[in-house]
Amino acid sequence: MAVNKKKALVSVKHLVQTFNAGKKDEVRAIQDISFDIYEGETLGLVGESGSGKTTTGRAIIRLYDPTSGEILYNGQDIAKLKNGSKQMLAFRRNMQMIFQDPYASLNPRMKVKDIIAEGIDIHHLAKDKADRDHQVEQLLEEVGLNADHATRYPHEFSGGQRQRIGIARALAVQPKFIIADEPISALDVSIQAQVVNLLKDIQDRQGLTYLFIAHDLSMVKYISDRIAVMHYGRLVELSSADEVYSHPLHPYTKSLLSAIPVPDPDVERKRIPIPYDASKVEGDNKQRKMVEVYPGHFIFAADDEVAAYKAEAEENHKTPAGTATD
Amino acid sequence: MTKILEVKDLQIDFATYAGPVHAIRDVSFDLNKGETLAIVGESGSGKSVTVRTVMGLLAPNAKITHGEVLFDGVDILKKSEKQLNDMRGNDVAMIFQDPMTSLDPTMTIGKQVAEPLILHNKISEADALKEAERVLKLVGIKDAGGRLKDYPHQFSGGQRQRIVIAIAIINHPQILLADEPTTALDVTIQAQIIHLLKEIQSKIDTSIIFITHDLGVVAGIADRVAVMYAGKIVEYGTVDEIFYNAQHPYTWGLLEAMPTLETKSDRLYAIPGTPPDLLDPPKGDAFAPRNPYAMAIDLEQQPPFFKISPTHSAATWLLAPGAPKVELPPEIARRHALWASKHPDEKVVN
Repeated sequence: MAVNKKKALVSVKHLVQTFNAGKKDEVRAIQDISFDIYEGETLGLVGESGSGKTTTGRAIIRLYDPTSGEILYNGQDIAKLKNGSKQMLAFRRNMQMIFQDPYASLNPRMKVKDIIAEGIDIHHLAKDKADRDHQVEQLLEEVGLNADHATRYPHEFSGGQRQRIGIARALAVQPKFIIADEPISALDVSIQAQVVNLLKDIQDRQGLTYLFIAHDLSMVKYISDRIAVMHYGRLVELSSADEVYSHPLHPYTKSLLSAIPVPDPDVERKRIPIPYDASKVEGDNKQRKMVEVYPGHFIFAADDEVAAYKAEAEENHKTPAGTATD
Repeated sequence: MTKILEVKDLQIDFATYAGPVHAIRDVSFDLNKGETLAIVGESGSGKSVTVRTVMGLLAPNAKITHGEVLFDGVDILKKSEKQLNDMRGNDVAMIFQDPMTSLDPTMTIGKQVAEPLILHNKISEADALKEAERVLKLVGIKDAGGRLKDYPHQFSGGQRQRIVIAIAIINHPQILLADEPTTALDVTIQAQIIHLLKEIQSKIDTSIIFITHDLGVVAGIADRVAVMYAGKIVEYGTVDEIFYNAQHPYTWGLLEAMPTLETKSDRLYAIPGTPPDLLDPPKGDAFAPRNPYAMAIDLEQQPPFFKISPTHSAATWLLAPGAPKVELPPEIARRHALWASKHPDEKVVN
């Protein structure tokens, strides 16, 4: 996969998101992050709670007004679009979101078909009522539900089925790009696999691009082409999924990976968690930015650290373990 | 090994408008002193109801229709509310899932941690607070003495769960019930909390029942594992027996559905369908409709437990004498091969 030659569908440039700016309780949720999301790929965004991953997703889809920076969608800067403007409406059709909590994200007083068709109505995508019903029916089938479900209410569905309804709603306006914010973390293990497979199938059929936000690292590795690791509102590492997992470079990524529980008692008995001390790695006041230390592998580093990271990456790729990723 | 808890033939119904929901359908297990038993299963399988019964914390619409829960030989189900109050937070303590809602937001954490001590012992508040400080230190709250007067909102999620654990262990309970204690936490914090629970267990020699749906966590903490499905235990054994020599197709499905970091295949194995409605439980094996290995008898008759080893049993007709030999899913075959290499003299089942 020659990711470098792919076209960037979304480019985030120096995005900053500050809440309560200038006040005593100012929160700098995102501090100058930049990355591209290529057309047709799934970019996984991982990090602990409070790392800013959800804020990043919400800023990109413009649920927030970014404090500064650019968000290019297909080359057009959408960071400064005004809510309610014509351009904003057009943009909203291209980008949709799937939310974490399938219980809270569906209006309990609306029928499934009206939940799914809300976007169709807003964007006038249906010729008449019959067409609207037909589209809803097709969407239900696309997500593995059936037409009978259209007239029911959300409480009649299980968590996994509700998440399917949320996916159908996102697909209703024929978007190009979907942000999935922890779409499976509220589901049972056996249902998680069903929903992940569904998301992959839809991506294959419709050529969608995903930003997949999660803290379940094994699932993220499974679904993502590339992975970005966030910590304290900054990106610290970005590379292909295999590269991040087999050859992590940043100490924080190493610590995060060492904490993933593995369903294998022998492995668990040997586990040695690697602690991460932010004050040691980031405590000095050096200027850091994302640097490409190996083709496609970016690290948040200061100038004098780059050489060491580069050497480590080279060393990692010397081992003949069949680790070529691209 | 001494048994500290024995649950025998437990059956629990919940009264609902639609009729009784048979949430627990004949569950038996025991817990040995000092061990950790993990109960695994999806939501609605009855794992939380089971431990709440041990704590005497069932909802008012729950009805225990059959069974006994013997703690130190005495049936908990026959205890009066006063006797239960003496037991809760003293002999048996619980750690709840959500550290955001299981603490009282209007009470200082010093008081909350000292509360079980004051309730169950004749001790002055000053002494109880001193002990609270000691336990908070034990669970890793920095500057515990200085933070006794702080409120829950002044702590992070991981710290709050440490405080919840401090409350649970302050009276050195014989049994600690942990209901998804790490599910709401980040992986790094989760690893710390699990490490902490193990450490506490070795210090105060308590027995732990650990409920979770995360098999990775189970592999790291459990001595023994019970797998629940639709209100029943379908398989139980030592942690190695469950992870390397599982016999029930539901256990196989759970193990297969978890992507490991090595998973390369294009599709993830997903157990098809959804769990049955326990208003009207199926006649045969409840898992049969989702089970690719189901046989005709599975739809007719519930399988009994078949013994694989003195510590390992599974309720599946695949273990019945004369049952057809099935081809194992690759992931399970890989695990069974590991088991076989560790136990070369054992005869192979399935």
